[in-house]
Amino acid sequence: MTAHQPLSGQAIQRTVVAVPGAHCAGCMAKIEGGLGTLPGIVSARLNLTAKQLTIVHAKSVQVPELIAAVEKMGFSAQPLTNAAAARQDGATRALLRATAVAGFAAMNIMLLSVSVWSGAQGPIRDLFHLLSGLIAIPTVAYSGRPFFRSAWGALKHGRTNMDVPISIGVLLVTALSLFEALTGGPHAYFDGAVMLLFFLLVGRALDSVMRDRAREGVTSLLKQTAPGALVIADGGPSTWVRAEDLRPGMRIIVAAGERLAADGIVEEGTSSVDLSLLTGESAPRPIGRAGKVHAGTLNLASPLTVRVIAVGADSSIAEIARLMDEAGQGRSRYVRIADRAARLYAPAVHTLAIASFITWLLLGAGWHQALLIAAAVLIITCPCALGLAVPAAQIVAAGSLMRVGVLVKDGSALERLAEADRALFDKTGTLTLGRPELVNAFALTAEDQAIALALARSSRHPLAEALRRGLEAEGVLAVSLGEIGEQPGFGLTASYRGEPVSLGRGAAGDGLSSTFSRGSQEPVRLCFEDRLRPDAKDVIARLGELGIECSVASGDSGRSVAAAIRGLGLTAQTDMRPEDKLDLISRLHRSGHKVLMIGDGLNDGPALAAGHVSMAPGSASDVGQNAADAVFLGDSLLPVPKAIAAARRTMRVIRQNFVIAIGYNAIAVPLAFMGQVTPLVAALAMSGSSIMVVANALRLRNAAR
Amino acid sequence: MSGLAILIPIALLLGLCGLAAFFWAIRSGQFEDMDGAAARILIDEVEQ
Repeated sequence: MTAHQPLSGQAIQRTVVAVPGAHCAGCMAKIEGGLGTLPGIVSARLNLTAKQLTIVHAKSVQVPELIAAVEKMGFSAQPLTNAAAARQDGATRALLRATAVAGFAAMNIMLLSVSVWSGAQGPIRDLFHLLSGLIAIPTVAYSGRPFFRSAWGALKHGRTNMDVPISIGVLLVTALSLFEALTGGPHAYFDGAVMLLFFLLVGRALDSVMRDRAREGVTSLLKQTAPGALVIADGGPSTWVRAEDLRPGMRIIVAAGERLAADGIVEEGTSSVDLSLLTGESAPRPIGRAGKVHAGTLNLASPLTVRVIAVGADSSIAEIARLMDEAGQGRSRYVRIADRAARLYAPAVHTLAIASFITWLLLGAGWHQALLIAAAVLIITCPCALGLAVPAAQIVAAGSLMRVGVLVKDGSALERLAEADRALFDKTGTLTLGRPELVNAFALTAEDQAIALALARSSRHPLAEALRRGLEAEGVLAVSLGEIGEQPGFGLTASYRGEPVSLGRGAAGDGLSSTFSRGSQEPVRLCFEDRLRPDAKDVIARLGELGIECSVASGDSGRSVAAAIRGLGLTAQTDMRPEDKLDLISRLHRSGHKVLMIGDGLNDGPALAAGHVSMAPGSASDVGQNAADAVFLGDSLLPVPKAIAAARRTMRVIRQNFVIAIGYNAIAVPLAFMGQVTPLVAALAMSGSSIMVVANALRLRNAAR
Repeated sequence: MSGLAILIPIALLLGLCGLAAFFWAIRSGQFEDMDGAAARILIDEVEQ
């Protein structure tokens, strides 16, 4: 149900918004219907799979208004930059098309082949072979392209991969079968060649679908350093400008609770800012006129007017991006298990095929018969089950992990996760929740709690939100207050039964705190701190059981790290810059460890890219989430050991699958070598082993429990 | 034999129709939002 309103003569714009909370038909109807009735909106359509809302609206409607409208309906919403919203699933579509064509061809050729096997003779057999060829040759040309391209790429660089024996096998078998069909021979292997392509393409398509699904999940989480800012024009109205359109010299307003979209210098206002995503430092830092602020910083206390001095590639984030690029190069050298298997497998297959060809020639068979047998050996050894063995297991495991809240970005991440034997944790936002939590709710009487909740609910200030969360978790119900006034930077005021009540900022130097006062009572100081995730201790113990040694690498000061991780029994290194974390990881790599890096901040980006494998919480900065191999949702750290255990189980199943595939070859190859493999035997063996491999992979359905 | 001359083209043609339908479905974005399509059927249409 797409809302439609005619709009005449206005410029139209498309905005994509992530709505992670949407999950049912009711949400869709509410959001789409609700937006459709607003003025200036042409259409709104929610994609429930990607959890993205696409709004087509008049340029006069500004992005914050749209966000506010969605939030008023009870859903949190984050605007996405164009880059994040662009879908890049062209690869999956191409693979699906190739699979569909191969499937269609395989069915029709099999239809013809069955009649040949059941005894069609003479001209009918030849006709059927020719028809099969007519279907098979265009199919091989179309559906085989992904394999040919990849094989050619490998050969050009003097390497070999799984696609080389596949391509040679398919092409040789097709050519020979064509010759058979034209000369009226008894056996044509078109069905084998096309079925092989079909099974392998299913494997490829699964692999690609898995990557898309994880990427969509992560995209909908990206919270955007800041998608844009409110720019003040001289004397004119302020307008919302996207981050990529900001220019140095512009003056922007940053409200309390908002993140900066660019580097800048404070022109007006004093506030405190949270640098935890940038540096890992947990204590807020006071900032005043002429202070320098960085993109990605969270403004905590009161609105600031900032003059932009650097945007995009020039901003402080650029240095981190450069470090990440360098750090990521090591990981791209990782060779996936299927390719490692192919390195052993491809030469063996080729040797076997050539050996059978020569043996039969020496035994006095004609070159034609010898070539036919060599082709049968190639097609029977072609890694049909091997091609499915890895992706089938990985997609089932990734699906299971997704259900417990872990998004794994690709199969290679699962393989590397299984190998990890050392874990490095960041502190702020990773071991801790990364947001302030109310510590002393007991300081208020029950009635005062209800008043405080009513006040806190009306503000979006981070501490007010923390207060609301803390009180709601205790089951407090808000009282109804008269008109609530918010004075930016100072707090909220209202009156309750004739008494003035207020919730305001805490005394300077008190760390994270705010003050609640009511009438003539002594004001109450409410303290907040960043707490450890609830099951951190349990998780460290579990990782120990898995044989993984843990330690902490934090950008924060020694004192606050020691205070935060007391009782966990971990060693910690503190005051680390991003370069220091990189150094530590490469030292561990050199001593033979496979490091699992778990971090969230911008400052962890390079370390996440450098680690053998990396994970980030769903609350991480988008740099962190993009760099990490897997993202876990929720407050718990338990998904970390669960993911490692599931990855190890997946590797076990993959190895079993290899054994099944090779075991089948051990039986089939001697038959092929002796010239006993007819197209019927090849078809049965191929589908039989593929089904076994897939069935074995399905055992991973509950791998993440 | 003459039966084959009719039946085989029919079988191939029907298969091709299925393939063409699948291609069209991919192109028109029917696989973009699988969860959404399942949920959308539950929304009551309200005439505006």
